[in-house]
Amino acid sequence: MIGLVPDNVGLYGDLTAYENLDFYAKLYEVPEARRKENIGRFLKMLGLWDKRDARAGTFSKGMQQKLALARALVHEPELLFMDEPTVNLDPESAKTVRDFILELKKEDRTIFLNTHNLDEAQRICDRIGIIKTKLLAVGTPGKLGESLSSPRTEIRLARADEALLGSVKKLIKNKIEVSDHKLIVNVADPDKENPAIVAAVVSAGGLIQEVTRLSPTLEDVYLQIVKETK
Amino acid sequence: MRISKSWIVAAKDIKVFMRKRYTVYSLVVFPVLIGIGLPFVLRFVISRIATVSGGTHITDVMDAFSFLFVLGASVIPTVLASYSLVGEKIEKSLEPLLATPLTDSELLFGKSLASFVPSVASLYIGSIVFMVLADLFTHSTLGYYYYPNWTVGIMLLVLVPLMAVLSVEWSVIVSSRATDPRAAQLQGSLVALPLAVLYVSMEVGAVTLNTITIWIIAGIVLVVDVVLFFLSTRIFQREEILTKWT
Repeated sequence: MIGLVPDNVGLYGDLTAYENLDFYAKLYEVPEARRKENIGRFLKMLGLWDKRDARAGTFSKGMQQKLALARALVHEPELLFMDEPTVNLDPESAKTVRDFILELKKEDRTIFLNTHNLDEAQRICDRIGIIKTKLLAVGTPGKLGESLSSPRTEIRLARADEALLGSVKKLIKNKIEVSDHKLIVNVADPDKENPAIVAAVVSAGGLIQEVTRLSPTLEDVYLQIVKETK
Repeated sequence: MRISKSWIVAAKDIKVFMRKRYTVYSLVVFPVLIGIGLPFVLRFVISRIATVSGGTHITDVMDAFSFLFVLGASVIPTVLASYSLVGEKIEKSLEPLLATPLTDSELLFGKSLASFVPSVASLYIGSIVFMVLADLFTHSTLGYYYYPNWTVGIMLLVLVPLMAVLSVEWSVIVSSRATDPRAAQLQGSLVALPLAVLYVSMEVGAVTLNTITIWIIAGIVLVVDVVLFFLSTRIFQREEILTKWT
């Protein structure tokens, strides 16, 4: 059994929020008691319970999107397909929908999210497939990033000069670049190597202001992969 | 095919019809005009006809008037079916609807029920009112109650449902191409033209309305129903709906 949140929400504007969900739950043969319970649960979770008797046609885009989400879930599907669930939503509504999807992730449910919003995909998804007429790449956001370039660590210092760089280079073997007051260090495994790098910089007399793990964004990965396939 | 699934679709559509002013008017205005208006027209002209022909022409006029319910059966379902099918297109609700465990035939049957049941019910209510009032107004002239009789019985119980089915099936075909309910309704109303010609023929005396005529018309409508059934089920296919309708 699947649930679907299409690009166009496709609600019945002349039916109330409750009636829209009730109609779909009946089509999925959800028993009456369970139907009432699920409709109430999802409408409350999405903040639409107070509007249950209002016609869906009077809802804002954000509310309609939330109602479409509830509709896709009312029969408790194990597999949920979502097509651009936050497109055209204001930032507040988009966040509500995104947070709700993250809540759903915690349940035993598979969510297939189709989106052009790469930032959203990176934040929500465990595995990402890049499709351009065919599947070009698939993997976790981390693995996809690593396929493009090795991870790097950026260390912002109060002051960075050749003397400090020389001292650090004696302590670690990684490739290091200097840019303004920053050291950019190539690392193979950031979790294991970063503590040693930070310790080396401190022992060389560096005053660390910030340490950032640099990895390619999903947008970088997407653009690179699509470019390679042209 | 599970009739219960079709009934869920039909019940939803009927609920939507009852909230749209235009569809409510369509269900109410025609039966009220025919059911109440025509008996009064009958009452107005009755004295003149009666004095000229001794009542024979009165029954001809009553037959012709009752045939208008067949004409109604060709028009009212078109309005509802157009809103039901093109309405799904406008609301863009076909995609989520077809993602449910609903077969094409269950959906088509549900849509047909939604247009058929309220239309025929409203025509039946209108026809009962018409017959009661017409009997009241003509009893003193004719000396007996003209309704119910076999001609109107066959017309209402056989021809009206067959005509309503034809109207729904034709609307399915027309709605597959239309993007506006009123445009679909306009094209759908074309099925009323042959009946209008028949009505005029009755009025001028070219065709006599009796049980044999009604059975012949019903037979022709039945054949057209079967042909349109196959055409509409061919058009109402999941892939076709999702790729071409939406």
